[in-house]
Amino acid sequence: MARSQSGSPAHGNLDRMSRALAHTLVVAILAALLAVAFWRSGYEFQWEGVWAYRQKFVTGWLTTVAMSLASLVLSALVGLVTAVGLRSRWTLVEAAARVYVELIRGTPLLVQLLIGFYVVANAVGLENRYVVGALVLALFSGAYMAEIFRGGLAAIPAGQRDAARAIGLTPWQSLRLVILPQAIRLVLPAVAGQLVSLIKDSSLLSVIAVSEFTLAAQEVNSFTYSTLESYLPLAAGYLLLTLPLSALSRWLERSFAYEAG
Amino acid sequence: MELVVKGLTQAYGKTTVLDRLDLVTGDIRALVLVGPSGGGKTTLLRILAGLDLPIEGSVSFAGKTLPRDEPGLLAYRRHVGTVFQAYNLFPHLSALDNLTLPLVHVHGLSPAAALERVAEPLERFKLAEHAHKRPSQLSGGQKQRIAILRALATKPERLFLDEPTSALDPEMTAEVLEMIGELKDLGTRFVLVTHEMGFARRVADEVAFVGGGKVVASGPASTMFEKCPEPRVREFFARILP
Ligand SMILES: Nc1ncnc2c1ncn2[C@@H]1O[C@H](COP(=O)(O)OP(=O)(O)OP(=O)(O)O)[C@@H](O)[C@H]1O
Ligand SMILES: [Mg+2]
Repeated sequence: MARSQSGSPAHGNLDRMSRALAHTLVVAILAALLAVAFWRSGYEFQWEGVWAYRQKFVTGWLTTVAMSLASLVLSALVGLVTAVGLRSRWTLVEAAARVYVELIRGTPLLVQLLIGFYVVANAVGLENRYVVGALVLALFSGAYMAEIFRGGLAAIPAGQRDAARAIGLTPWQSLRLVILPQAIRLVLPAVAGQLVSLIKDSSLLSVIAVSEFTLAAQEVNSFTYSTLESYLPLAAGYLLLTLPLSALSRWLERSFAYEAG
Repeated sequence: MELVVKGLTQAYGKTTVLDRLDLVTGDIRALVLVGPSGGGKTTLLRILAGLDLPIEGSVSFAGKTLPRDEPGLLAYRRHVGTVFQAYNLFPHLSALDNLTLPLVHVHGLSPAAALERVAEPLERFKLAEHAHKRPSQLSGGQKQRIAILRALATKPERLFLDEPTSALDPEMTAEVLEMIGELKDLGTRFVLVTHEMGFARRVADEVAFVGGGKVVASGPASTMFEKCPEPRVREFFARILP
């Protein structure tokens, strides 16, 4: 951040180019090492069997994208409400928000999915495993989002609230017009990072038989007995989503870095 | 504004900051609060501005007592303006949007009417060319003058200014003080906390010396600066005035 601001534009370009070169070099070395490892293992790749199931991969990948996005939107809402709850003056509200965050962050998603699907959803008569999956994932991610938002809200100087009150804004207007627009800029990079986690975590949806990307690979593997040919595309498919998001997160961090005034 | 403060008490945790403070002024336009650091000036001003509720005591301006409940205080704050030492402009909005936000969202003006309302003061105080900049692109003096305009644009009954120049270098201090002086000539009423004694003397109708959570002495500026019977006040000015 400081680097790209202090240097001249030309300097910044050079900086970016040398970084891109360094990345490429590291990736090339890793790829070479992997290739050697595969060659020495004597593994014979059989892509034909897996290729026949390519449609399954595509559908699974799209399901993963859709489930992750739906969960992200829901978890942003959950996280925002919880973050406001965490900062509440009312002890009961604060306690409820705190208990939710700690319970979720202290237990494995696997357990939450199983309990959510086989116990809670069953009890309330919710049968659609995609809906249940998205809800559990949203509640899971919401606890992390709550901490991200809480940090963002806490980072807004007290003077901003004072000024909002001084000009006669109601507490809700102050949140909507003054605090949130600033806090959202602050937390966007972390939210993009959370989406990366969410995408990877969504692979656990396979345990409640949601036909997402990971389940697709598992099924193809059991049909073809070609383990690596089933799981290598899985890794590539996740990277295809997560790498651009990481880049976006870094870019957001740079572009929203303006001084407070 | 005739200000009457009776038995005002405020505490942060266990520390008493204002201790049964009393203050009565005549029907004046400008009251300046002076006194040692930590004496309670900011605490008093925040209560006068309706930002904080005191533990005890009452405040009235021109016979109207300040409400003691948050909805009442919110309504009160909409009729007064406050200027802070650190400007507290909204950094995500342009200077212009900082000015129009209260007009549109609190006072119900249309965006066009709000723009029209602020155009003349921006022009008068030579800020029009900076109106589209973000606060981070303005100098300290420009920021504070925009903050003063934000407080004024809603046509408040009076302004409260807490050390508006103490974060500024001498040149910018001069431009902000000049603006406040001009506002006084235009008829704006205000309560000002400042350490700029020369300016205080020029602009104040009355001066109150706040120290140890009480008003040690108060009265017309000339009396206070030249022949205050309180030794503490005389010592303070002797130390601070050249
Ligand atoms: N939010 C707070 N929490 C705890 N103590 C506070 C708080 N605000 C002020 N105080 C204390 O109250 C006392 C009075 O502070 P105040 O800010 O009113 O003084 P002041 O006269 O404005 O001083 P200065 O000239 O330095 O601005 C000080 O001792 C200060 O430490
Ligand atoms: Mg102060």
